[in-house]
Amino acid sequence: MNVPEDLRYTPDHEWLRLESDEGTVGITAYAADELGDIVFVELPAPGSRLEAGSTFGAIESVKTASDLFAPVSGEIVAVNEQLSGSPELINSDPYGEGWMLRVRLDDPSALDALEDAAAYRTRIGAA
Amino acid sequence: MTDGSPALRQTPLRDRHLALGARLVGFGGWEMPLQYSGISDEHHAVRRAAGLFDLSHMGEIWVTGAGAGQGLAAALVTDPPGLAVGRAHYSLIAAPDGGIIDDLIVYRLAEDRFLVVPNASNADRVATELEPRLAGLDAVMDDASAATALIAVQGPSARGILAPLTDVDLDALKYYAIVEGQAAGAPALVARTGYTGEDGFELFLAPDTAIGVWDRLMAAGVPEGLVPAGLGARDTLRLEAGMPLYGNELGLDTTPMEAGLDRLVKFDKRGDFVGRAALEAAREAGPRKRLVGLLLRGRGIARHGYPVYRPGEDSSVGEVTSGTLSPTLGEAIAMAYVPLSAATPGTMLEVGVRASRVPAEVVPLPFYKRGPSQPASDKERRT
Repeated sequence: MNVPEDLRYTPDHEWLRLESDEGTVGITAYAADELGDIVFVELPAPGSRLEAGSTFGAIESVKTASDLFAPVSGEIVAVNEQLSGSPELINSDPYGEGWMLRVRLDDPSALDALEDAAAYRTRIGAA
Repeated sequence: MTDGSPALRQTPLRDRHLALGARLVGFGGWEMPLQYSGISDEHHAVRRAAGLFDLSHMGEIWVTGAGAGQGLAAALVTDPPGLAVGRAHYSLIAAPDGGIIDDLIVYRLAEDRFLVVPNASNADRVATELEPRLAGLDAVMDDASAATALIAVQGPSARGILAPLTDVDLDALKYYAIVEGQAAGAPALVARTGYTGEDGFELFLAPDTAIGVWDRLMAAGVPEGLVPAGLGARDTLRLEAGMPLYGNELGLDTTPMEAGLDRLVKFDKRGDFVGRAALEAAREAGPRKRLVGLLLRGRGIARHGYPVYRPGEDSSVGEVTSGTLSPTLGEAIAMAYVPLSAATPGTMLEVGVRASRVPAEVVPLPFYKRGPSQPASDKERRT
């Protein structure tokens, strides 16, 4: 299972890639695979806020619905508009074209509270 | 991934599922394949060509003896003595208060020999309920669930795949018929039944023959577009076909009338049957709720347990029993119980999907109906 080294992870299977004070958020390949064929994503609007640990949206596969949890707190600066028409991008490219939103972190050191790749790999039994 | 639940029963095909990369889940006390390549792929394959299903979790209960038919007529809402030998029908076993204990298929193999196929999760309960209902009659019940494997091949190509592998004349085997024969190298009961909305066959087998049958069907079928299909696709297929699932659309708190299964209850058959008095009263009183189809007209997917509202009202009037994004239609579909006054096709309702209300239109069931039946003879088949 693909767990890129340069990302941080939540126990709920979201990833975050930090570039200066902005982070990109998505769900992991493991989560996408567990969900199966993803058919719908519900995301907040740009300008709204993320609160670390709180639900920010939902993702639906043919099989089931699942909540999305914010890895960090901050202001949403962009959402991936492509996902409304092509939610399957999350299955095919979870760390790339399947990104969900970009957030300006309130506090970039919040990253330290997230798991690194090794810890997340252990969590999903992919060590 | 694994939930660590103990003692899930395994079908004889477990190794095949693992080798095919299936995701296994607990279902009805069994470890079963949820999906192989993906629910959508498998779903489309069954609609367009064929799917191969391991259904060995289903129950198989034999009732034999001169009083078997009479006993089943007293135990079920249908009238099994009215079945011709070699035919089957869909039935229900009701509780004394008219609630549904399970839905099942009854096959008649001989004058005095019936096969009852309940859901896996209810097989023990059905056997327990049947036994006292047969007491005092010349009827013996044998729960063969653990000693029977079941493989289904479903889809428009099912007939063409199975025909060269069996001595059964599949063109003579009608829908809801069953016959003994050889199939894919093993003795089998071959039934033209299924739960997908497509033409197809179900093969009841001795467990030690299941792997051989599976392998032969895969070898013959894969070039024709057959794929192994799991319970995930089985659920989306049956939902599109408007077929109820026990625990979702059917339960002890629902009557056949509410579920739209009035036609199954044979009030005119001779003799009493468990639930008769309560169901007659329920028929007189009329149903309080009705199972309907919903087509969502906004963005979102309705799921089991989501509330249903009349537009603009605060309190819910009904509940979604099953819902998904229909792979065939590309739209969100659901079944739901709603009050009779909201059950007319064309009625606009709303489904509570998380924080929002999604408009939903009441539509007739099923959502999907297969096209004209496949060409009947070999010479008509396109090659």
